[in-house]
Amino acid sequence: MNDSALGRRLPQLGAREKLAGRAQYVADLFRPDMLHGAILASPFAHARIVGCDLSEALAMPGVRAIITGDDFDEAWRMGAFVKDEHALAKDKVRYVGEPVAAVAAETEAQARAAAAAIRIDYDELPAILTPKEALTSDLLVHEHPERYFKTFDSGTAGNLCSRTEFAEGDIEAGFAASDLIFENHFHTQAQAHVAMEPCGALAEVDTSGRLTLWSANQSVFRVQACVSEALGLPMSRLRCLTPWIGGGFGNKMEAHVQPIVAALALKARRSVKLILTREEDFEMVRARHPFSIRIRTGVTRDGMLVAREVEVLLDGGAYADDSPGVLAFSLLCGRGPYRIPHVRCHGRVMYTNKLRFGAFRGFGNAQMTFATESQMDEIAGALGIDPVDMRLRNMMKGKDPWFGGQVPGSNGLLECVERVRDECGWQASPPAPTKPGRRRALGFALAGHQSGLLGTGAIVRMLEDGTLVLNTGATDIGQGSDTVLSQLCAETLKIPVDRIAVVSPDTDGSPFNWGTTASRVTFMTGRSVVEAAREVERKLRDHAAEMLECAAVDLELVEGGFVAVKGVSNLRVSFLEIAKRAHWQAGGPILGSHTWVYERPTIDPKRAAAVGLPFPKIGNYSFCAVAVDVEVDEVTGRAEVRRAWSACDVGRAVNPMLVEGQIEGSFVQGMGFALLEEMVWDGPRLANPTLMDYKIPTIKEAPDEIRSIVVESQDVDGPYGAKGAGEVGLVPVAAAIANAVAAATGARIRRLPLTGERILTAITSAPKQD
Amino acid sequence: MSEMLDVTLIVNGEQRVLEVPLAETLLTSLRDRLGYTSAKRGCNQGVCGACTVHVRDTTVRACLSLTANCEGLPVRTVEGCDDDRIMQALARSFEAGAALQCGFCTPGMLMSAHALLAANPAPSAMDVREALSGNLCRCTGYQKIIAAVLAAARELAR
Repeated sequence: MNDSALGRRLPQLGAREKLAGRAQYVADLFRPDMLHGAILASPFAHARIVGCDLSEALAMPGVRAIITGDDFDEAWRMGAFVKDEHALAKDKVRYVGEPVAAVAAETEAQARAAAAAIRIDYDELPAILTPKEALTSDLLVHEHPERYFKTFDSGTAGNLCSRTEFAEGDIEAGFAASDLIFENHFHTQAQAHVAMEPCGALAEVDTSGRLTLWSANQSVFRVQACVSEALGLPMSRLRCLTPWIGGGFGNKMEAHVQPIVAALALKARRSVKLILTREEDFEMVRARHPFSIRIRTGVTRDGMLVAREVEVLLDGGAYADDSPGVLAFSLLCGRGPYRIPHVRCHGRVMYTNKLRFGAFRGFGNAQMTFATESQMDEIAGALGIDPVDMRLRNMMKGKDPWFGGQVPGSNGLLECVERVRDECGWQASPPAPTKPGRRRALGFALAGHQSGLLGTGAIVRMLEDGTLVLNTGATDIGQGSDTVLSQLCAETLKIPVDRIAVVSPDTDGSPFNWGTTASRVTFMTGRSVVEAAREVERKLRDHAAEMLECAAVDLELVEGGFVAVKGVSNLRVSFLEIAKRAHWQAGGPILGSHTWVYERPTIDPKRAAAVGLPFPKIGNYSFCAVAVDVEVDEVTGRAEVRRAWSACDVGRAVNPMLVEGQIEGSFVQGMGFALLEEMVWDGPRLANPTLMDYKIPTIKEAPDEIRSIVVESQDVDGPYGAKGAGEVGLVPVAAAIANAVAAATGARIRRLPLTGERILTAITSAPKQD
Repeated sequence: MSEMLDVTLIVNGEQRVLEVPLAETLLTSLRDRLGYTSAKRGCNQGVCGACTVHVRDTTVRACLSLTANCEGLPVRTVEGCDDDRIMQALARSFEAGAALQCGFCTPGMLMSAHALLAANPAPSAMDVREALSGNLCRCTGYQKIIAAVLAAARELAR
């Protein structure tokens, strides 16, 4: 039996290295003669830099280089959508924690001491700390945002970072045709990524002055692009590599400290390593956007959704980063996986004097779905309809398009809903509280999420002995993409996975890969892997046809690395024999390659209108249904998730065990978002930048059971039918929990997180809350 | 500069003599002086558990332990557990059961699980939760970790 067979629960490649403690993350790398870096962060949310004095710091022991904003040209600005950010603050600081200067010294202690000895003179300015202030204030976070380069029609002006609008149907007619209209406001908090590995980088300059850069990343190519922009260097002067990655949930996609470390290494002409402390990681990197969401939905009395308007306002923080993308994607998810004929979703993301808000698993959809799926239960309750029935009546089925007009490559949502409904016992009587003084109920929610976007590629190369090297440039951030991509390659060539070596991503040698983000690697890169392997297969058959003196069409691959005459498996040649021939006699060494970029339009112009669309071609939707069994303590208000059911339609599970890992991990991260986690500001300063004060779920908070249900619907575009699995399972969790809390207590809370205090207040002040 | 001190540690069975500042943590000594990088710095504050190692067969947070306080004591990290029966069983069950993703919390998780199984060969799921409650994981959702520790206990009991 082929150990690569699709659907096999193959353990993660690299697991043994990790379990033996031998896997090296960026902090574990040491280079000869390496310096250590440290960053001086801004103590102010908003201030002009009027001067700096490096003399004391430069004279300190061990100091080899110091850089400030003056080391960077005005034009060297980076940004995925709006190029508004320097590697170090120049002229002005825009958030507490913003890097202002950096030091390279012989030891980390020396670097930190010298950073603390740098004197910066600031002229403090009033700070804009909320998006509402940003809308009305005369103060500007950026004086001249109109001068920034933008990748799309972002509408950037004043403190407006970007604005987007999507519309389908006729919204006014839709509301006019509705029997009832529901309007609610929802608010979500800033959530910290808390990948267990803090961000860091190690840069080395070779004798020609070329940089090699290892870092905690989700894409060596994004690192290369960001550093290139921030340092004004051609991309060809940078080689970006990856060690093992200690988790990435969006925080390691765009640049963090890489440009700073690269600049230090160039200035010192020595290797420099810089690893952020946990506090710095909280204050300096990025976090999930806080959203204010106004949602207005019109329905008929029999529970059909007719019209919806959604308006959002996002806190973008000091720099655009991924904000325009998060805004637009959240709006694209404003209809959810439902048929609503008349929809208008619009919103703005504002610059403020807070840290960057950016990509975080769910990419705006987690916030939006909290609102839409909470309101769905409210509507069902008001109409006296069962919440699951309400969803079944309205949800997308078959080839129903997503908002904007794109038809999903497959749709297994109905199976997700039915399986979760049946397995959680939705129609049975509600679960009994475990003790007096508790209330307990089930909650339900759905979601869809995309996995198709941007460019990717793969190269499959056969070595002289018939074994293979797979090179994709996709960083495995722990989710197991090396394993899944190897399985896809092995499946196509009918060989065991252990005959394939996976190349670590390298911008010098790997084909472009936009990144390990947006649930895209299995779907996008996986397809390239299969196509590249098929090219290898074609070449193998051509060789074998000549070797066996028959037609290539009469040949087939046979398990274990052979090409044989169809139906005559002993008339065969091995990959080894073919590889020898190709290398030394005829045809040339065998290599297959494939690249593609996702090309299905986000918006069908015949169906929908868009303003400020940052990504014209994204899509390919996965689906999820979640149910939770939540118990609320009447005395403390604390809610606990006892059991959870999560069904995800991933098209085809290349490795069901790893898909379950995504479902379970997504669930608990979503549960943290729903119940526990909140970045809190005391004025301009983050009040809880430590794991002591910012709580993520521990093993004790994890539900007694998470039932992961893998649904397969055979996506038309995906490799062997597979599509994304990385995010969709997180997206509906907060709403499902809020719905369970409401069902258990009667308290509808429209603000995350659902802390014990908020729940208790809502219960005691019911029926009107929040 | 802080005062330097000679300290002898028995790390993974090997005697190591170090000259360290009084305030140096065991985590810094293990990682930066001795190259035992399985102990991870996740928070440097004793919360995340990624730096969990054994001192005298008891779990400690290396980031909160001073090297100077470990004079003469046996210290064990995952690198020193290759031949350990409990660790081998845990490694097998973690691998087979996908009880790790990014792997950054894994060495600390293993050291805590090892201490549990050494003290309690037949733990309940609740015992596992208790023993691992000081080890944060952001990837797995913990379900497969609990299952893997229980599977290792069953394997060891056979």
